[in-house]
Amino acid sequence: MMKMKKSTKIILSVLILIAAVAALWFLDANKNQYSYAISILQRSAIYAIAAVAMNMLTGFTGLFSLGQAGFMAIGAYTVAILTIPVEMRANVYYINGIADFLANLSLPFWAALILGGVLAAMVGFFVGIPVLRLKSDYLAIATLGFSEIIRAIIAAPQLDRITNGSYGLKSIPAFGSIFEVFFIAGICILLMILVINSSYGRAFKAIKEDETAAQAMGINLFKHKSMSFIISCFFTGIAGGLLAVFMRSIDSKTFQIVLTYDVLLIVVLGGLGSITGSVIGAFLMTAGREWLRFFDNPLVIGGFQVPLFRTGFRMVIFSLILMAVVLYYRKGLFGDKEFTWDRMYNYFIRLRDRIRRKTPGREDKGNV
Amino acid sequence: MSDQVLSLEDITMQFGGVVAVNNLSLEVNKGEIVALIGPNGAGKTTAFNVITGVYAPTNGKVSFQDKPIISNFPQGKMKKLYSGENNGKYTELIRKTPDVITKLGVARTFQNIRLFKNLTVFDNVLIAKHMNIKSNVFSATLRLNHKEEQTMRKESMELLEILGLAHLKDEISSSLPYGQQRKLEIARALATKPSLLLLDEPAAGMNPHETHDLTAFIRMLKDDFHLTVLMIEHHMNLVMEISDRIYVLDFGKLIASGTPADIQSNQRVIDAYLGVADDE
Amino acid sequence: MDFAVFLQHCLTGISLGGAYALIAVGYTMVYGILRLINFAHGDIFMMAGYFMVFASASMPWYIATPIVLIATVILGVLIERTAYKPLRNAPRMSIMISAIGVSYLLQNLATYLFTALPRGYPTLTALKKIFQIGPLSASLVTFITPVLTLALVYVLILLINHSKIGMAMRAVSKDFETAQLMGIKINRVISFTFAIGSLLAAIGSILYFTDRMTVFPFSGALPGLKCFVAAVLGGIGSIPGAMVGGFILGLGETALVAMGYSTFSDAFTFILLIVMLIFRPTGIFGEKVTDKV
Repeated sequence: MMKMKKSTKIILSVLILIAAVAALWFLDANKNQYSYAISILQRSAIYAIAAVAMNMLTGFTGLFSLGQAGFMAIGAYTVAILTIPVEMRANVYYINGIADFLANLSLPFWAALILGGVLAAMVGFFVGIPVLRLKSDYLAIATLGFSEIIRAIIAAPQLDRITNGSYGLKSIPAFGSIFEVFFIAGICILLMILVINSSYGRAFKAIKEDETAAQAMGINLFKHKSMSFIISCFFTGIAGGLLAVFMRSIDSKTFQIVLTYDVLLIVVLGGLGSITGSVIGAFLMTAGREWLRFFDNPLVIGGFQVPLFRTGFRMVIFSLILMAVVLYYRKGLFGDKEFTWDRMYNYFIRLRDRIRRKTPGREDKGNV
Repeated sequence: MSDQVLSLEDITMQFGGVVAVNNLSLEVNKGEIVALIGPNGAGKTTAFNVITGVYAPTNGKVSFQDKPIISNFPQGKMKKLYSGENNGKYTELIRKTPDVITKLGVARTFQNIRLFKNLTVFDNVLIAKHMNIKSNVFSATLRLNHKEEQTMRKESMELLEILGLAHLKDEISSSLPYGQQRKLEIARALATKPSLLLLDEPAAGMNPHETHDLTAFIRMLKDDFHLTVLMIEHHMNLVMEISDRIYVLDFGKLIASGTPADIQSNQRVIDAYLGVADDE
Repeated sequence: MDFAVFLQHCLTGISLGGAYALIAVGYTMVYGILRLINFAHGDIFMMAGYFMVFASASMPWYIATPIVLIATVILGVLIERTAYKPLRNAPRMSIMISAIGVSYLLQNLATYLFTALPRGYPTLTALKKIFQIGPLSASLVTFITPVLTLALVYVLILLINHSKIGMAMRAVSKDFETAQLMGIKINRVISFTFAIGSLLAAIGSILYFTDRMTVFPFSGALPGLKCFVAAVLGGIGSIPGAMVGGFILGLGETALVAMGYSTFSDAFTFILLIVMLIFRPTGIFGEKVTDKV
């Protein structure tokens, strides 16, 4: 594979970054016009964090965990509880009132967000102790179980004064600026990339490839599985915190198992083992869901009402597409490969060669 | 400190009612090349798995460099099923896990190659360097451990060069020809800087020419890396030429031990395994 | 609480447990053969509920019921053929993801076809008749369920142990590849397993929804998962185990609701699962298997 000059790659990366920032600036300036697009992009970024975190656990370390919703809930509730303005709290907790120690406890957004991640990571540590030594199928169900247990705890009437039980939390303050989400997402994903490409990340990959061999090479299975799990939970918690701010109001129903399935399907769509895939998958999935709204509305062609087009059809189409990916394009969009400038360069070179060969009169390499 | 690198005392391994290894005792001294031979199913790989901590033996003790690393005795359900002797001789329960045992200096290869299939040749060796990493995950992530990473990479590259695999470093390991894969497994094991190397059928699938090269190769490894070697093998040429001593297993039991000359003339071994020699 | 009330709760618990047991058996059979947690099983159960809603609208119950049973079996086998068979040689994670995908699809399909609003489940008047036995009074269906469950499981066990196809199923669950080599028609065995599982799920759904009275697209998700837990409790792969697990779960849940902790009844199931997986992962009736290295 031919490689581009390092300086070229750096220039290209910087250019893309500038273009992205410029695009965001433009959108910010025209906030009202583009609010729909902005919200889709923000939601995609949040799901991208969750997807990369899940990919790190499932695609890179081989641990099939279905607990994302629960850990997102931890992050979300932490941020919500600590950032709802103090004056609004009595209003939000209107049935039972807020617990005394929380009434005036408030943290700036970024602190609450990190705290949410840390709490999710701590819960992840304790959950991991019993659960990580289970076989993959059992690990899936056990983590799913924990996710539901966490949700039940959040919704429990006994904790009404902390979590507001089934009434949910609202009046969560919105993002300060449009850049916040993307900046945070960028940092989170960058950190996860750094972990995966470090020696520890290699150990994770070894565990996925062959646990027995990894152990024989001196890798302590539990320690590294736990590490991967905790890191993944941390970033999943952060994604949850961001989701809370994005949605402005949450309740325990926000964090049902379906949320985990959504993230899983993004990871599958993008490719298990490809971070690029998860990020792009998140955008495709979120945007795709909106484009597919086309299918939800009655369609009339030349006076004929096309059957099938009504509410709910889009989700059916969406599910079918996902099934098609799972069955026939198992590797997803990117398989386990990442986007690199070198790959793209080679792709264009091969494309150019193919075009050259097909054009008569050019580079005639004999009669092939 | 004695010369003894590895010792097995009365190791018995039972799976339910099936006795895979029956009261095996052996020892390996520093700098020796010892071979463990026997017909298929004799329990040799099981013995390896006990030594490396993959299985806990039903009874017995394993010591590495005079310190016990595995010690077990029949408990619970096993008490009834246990058909061996030495009851009560081993009272400690020591069960070091495979990664700890590797860190102590015991490395192994596998009978059915267990490379990290989807990773490159280089990464396979590099991963084996991880176990001695001093930086924690935070400094590794933030790339504060640049020096350490460079050292690991340098050492891995050197190993690949010694084993003649350097030119393949970016190839996916499962795409290598069989013989190269076996070499890569050995390279990976060496990357853990062992003092005892357990080779499980290193010559499997090799033709006589390759086997001959392997003989010199193993000797070279032993000398250059200051290793002691315990080897399971079926290729008798290799075994007889290179081993200092040989242990023979049949149906899990030790039936003979001694130098190659002793074994070749031992009737029990011949009956069980070698068959009648041509000139006899 | 006096004894009569306690007995009443026990009856409710066993009845719920019976429905759970039937579904759990379906899970355990599929897992035994394919090592697959069929996440879609709960949604098949839900679709059976909807089938009954529509069948009853235009047909008397004695025609509607067999139609529902047959339709559910067809659905189950169809899912196996289209979503699981192509992945038989793929890594385990892929087929589990496929099951999740099918579950997702079924839920969205139900929402699309039948809207998300709960639909009233037809009252089969015969089943809803209230009977009185001693101090206990409940609808006929509540009394029938445990009996029917025991009978069906008994017949199933007879089938597994004394019929040719049963032996084939046992062989496949012990060693997939060797069974194939021995000439067992794998596809048929697997389809048959799914058919039985779906049939039991359909019967379970009739018993379950008759008491609940409404069906909505997500009514299968949580019961489905809980029934998988029941199967694990009893020892995954063991049919009597799954039945016992189902009853334990039904009783436990009812007890919690009776004691006022209804919000925790779902969490209870999962706590039970975790405890089980930590202390006795093979379940009540399971067997330990060592992996060869």
